[in-house]
Amino acid sequence: MAELKLPELAEGVNEAVVSFWHFKEGDSIKEGDEIVEMATDKAAFNVPCKFSGVLKKIAAHEGDTVKVGEVLAIVE
Amino acid sequence: MQYIDLGLSDYKEAYKAQCEIRSKVAGGACENTLIITEHKSVITIGRKGSARHLLRAGKFLAGLGIEVLDIDRGGDITYHGPGQLVAYPIFKLENEARDIHGFLRFLEDVGINFLSKYGVEAGTVPGMRGVWVKGAKIASIGIGVKKWVTYHGMAININPDLRPFSFIKPCGIDGVNITSLENLLKEKLDIEDAKRRLRESFEEVPLLAEAVCKRE
Repeated sequence: MAELKLPELAEGVNEAVVSFWHFKEGDSIKEGDEIVEMATDKAAFNVPCKFSGVLKKIAAHEGDTVKVGEVLAIVE
Repeated sequence: MQYIDLGLSDYKEAYKAQCEIRSKVAGGACENTLIITEHKSVITIGRKGSARHLLRAGKFLAGLGIEVLDIDRGGDITYHGPGQLVAYPIFKLENEARDIHGFLRFLEDVGINFLSKYGVEAGTVPGMRGVWVKGAKIASIGIGVKKWVTYHGMAININPDLRPFSFIKPCGIDGVNITSLENLLKEKLDIEDAKRRLRESFEEVPLLAEAVCKRE
């Protein structure tokens, strides 16, 4: 089981909002797949998954604010 | 840097062009590309935006030929129309340039450099994005990034009709004054000449923040 966390974005940027998930719980994911789109005040970007496996749990839902280092999803 | 002038374009068609080029740049089939265009009147709402910031009914806007679209850039609500130059830098961010907010600062510096070519002293406002002159906003920014390739970008008001900005709450912020180069210089400016100067600014300003001109 592996936790996908919100990576370091830029100096002074500590959080981002979940725009939408490209995958749903139960989907198979390959390493490098862009799994979720996030937005900060003026930028929208995708977070790639660092692991291959099954998306076990989405920990942050659309509209949620996530801080850098917090868990976005659990991949098994 | 490759340069594409889309002329006066429909927002959705220009968006399609951006996405096609973005895929090519990401795959290495195409060098960094700057698209410059003017859009036919349109209101777009970004990922941080809300239809609450739209202050007129869709029917009223449709009567004026203004479409309203939800899009995949960062930022809130904005207006595009003829007389405003929109720059879409489709740039691959590599190594230390992989700093999304550094890229937003780069866009602001390009806007400041561009305006200096007209003798206009512009700057940034702490806590706000975009380029400002004497407390009024002249350029708005909002980007998207996929596979470390940027899209969307910056809109600078040259000589647009500014009335449609009153149909929205620009960027979702209360009491923002919007200005244009025409407003500041009290003269109508040549849009083709402005495109040339904007393209030059993209070539002149370095991408990495350390080397960028002084900020407030």
